[in-house]
Amino acid sequence: MANFVSRGFMRRRHTPEELADRLPPGQYFERGFPVLTAGPTPRVDTESWTFRVDGMVGAQRQWSWDELHQLPFENVPCDIHCVTKWSKLGTSFRGVPVDTLLEGVDPMGAYTMAYSYGGYTTNVPLADLTGGKAWLVTEHEGDPLPREHGGPARLLVPHLYFWKSAKWVAGLRVMDHDEPGFWEENGYHMRGDPWKEERYWND
Amino acid sequence: MERLTPVEIRAPGDWQIATVTEVKVETPRVKSFRFEVPMWMEHLPGQHYDVRLTAPDGYRAQRSYSIASSPLDVGQIELTIDLLDDGEVSPYFHEVVEVGDQVELRGPFTSYFVWRGEEPVLLVGGGSGVVPLVAMLRHRRRTMPELDMRLVYSVRYAGDVIYADELGGDAAVTLTYTREAPEGWSGHSGHVDAELLRAPAAGARLAFVCGSNGFVETASGLLLELGMDPGAIRTERFGPTS
Repeated sequence: MANFVSRGFMRRRHTPEELADRLPPGQYFERGFPVLTAGPTPRVDTESWTFRVDGMVGAQRQWSWDELHQLPFENVPCDIHCVTKWSKLGTSFRGVPVDTLLEGVDPMGAYTMAYSYGGYTTNVPLADLTGGKAWLVTEHEGDPLPREHGGPARLLVPHLYFWKSAKWVAGLRVMDHDEPGFWEENGYHMRGDPWKEERYWND
Repeated sequence: MERLTPVEIRAPGDWQIATVTEVKVETPRVKSFRFEVPMWMEHLPGQHYDVRLTAPDGYRAQRSYSIASSPLDVGQIELTIDLLDDGEVSPYFHEVVEVGDQVELRGPFTSYFVWRGEEPVLLVGGGSGVVPLVAMLRHRRRTMPELDMRLVYSVRYAGDVIYADELGGDAAVTLTYTREAPEGWSGHSGHVDAELLRAPAAGARLAFVCGSNGFVETASGLLLELGMDPGAIRTERFGPTS
């Protein structure tokens, strides 16, 4: 298929030149922030909100909303890439590094399942969550994270397709084996690296 | 029932070159394209295909489109494409593509927003969000026309109804016009609300809601208020597929 050309097709969308090399293959530049959710939007109030790290760990941890805010937050400038083909470049979030949340937890497996209020799950290898690559975020571009975008808190793993950045996240379960989460069971890739275009099962 | 559950979940095929065999103008802004697909694979109603366009300089654009046809159309699929003015792929389909053209396709994809024959089933579509729901409607008509399926379909103007010639008769269709109804219209007008959804939602085991994010948010919220379980409401929201 390498030589196939679509009769009469020409580029119509233009990515600003300085951003062009930040757009992974098959993605297009989007200024907005579209909402994609597989079901009604859950309502999670911060009074009863908790975030847990559990599963195969030496010590389980749990934070309330107030306890989370005792931890050091940082700004996270990043690009995000949705498997439905849009990319939002140069956006920012604010939250706690997953590295901080894993301190003293002693994970005994190399895989995790992020799980959310509302029942969503997504699997992420532990190595993709550590080393300054993932955050639990509560703000987007200076405002509290809107509910439709996963508020009060979502996982942020910007180097993977955005379905891995679980909205309304409630915890991380450490596992000794990889297991498909919600979209991974329904046809999407187990890891989801946008630069390798790992969209679907056989990519 | 067997014919309603045609495939096991399996990995979709690779990119392939399909040929356009039919172009149907549904409304001034919506066209349906039927393709002959050489490595065709049976889909489930609700699934989508990816389309990839390549320019002479190698530039490529990809988008996802819902399948409108029944999997009983062996070797074929129909994609219905809404024209978005600032888009890249939809204007190409509307302005350039004609019968005989070749298009790179890949699919079918994802097994969440799919109907496997559950009943009673409620379909709620806004605008071109009706496309995957019509695949369900068409498949029901050809397999189990007595199955309890209800469609609530919201459009803006009289001329916006896609598949208008297929919506009469069998499944219970409730149409509402949010901006301007056709002359002499005695049915519903205005946005989808609890009153409109109450009867179609009564006893529904599963609901499929598809449209813009605002539409889906409103309609799924109303279904929750009417007592449907969140797990029984499957949604598909339009990204900016353009």
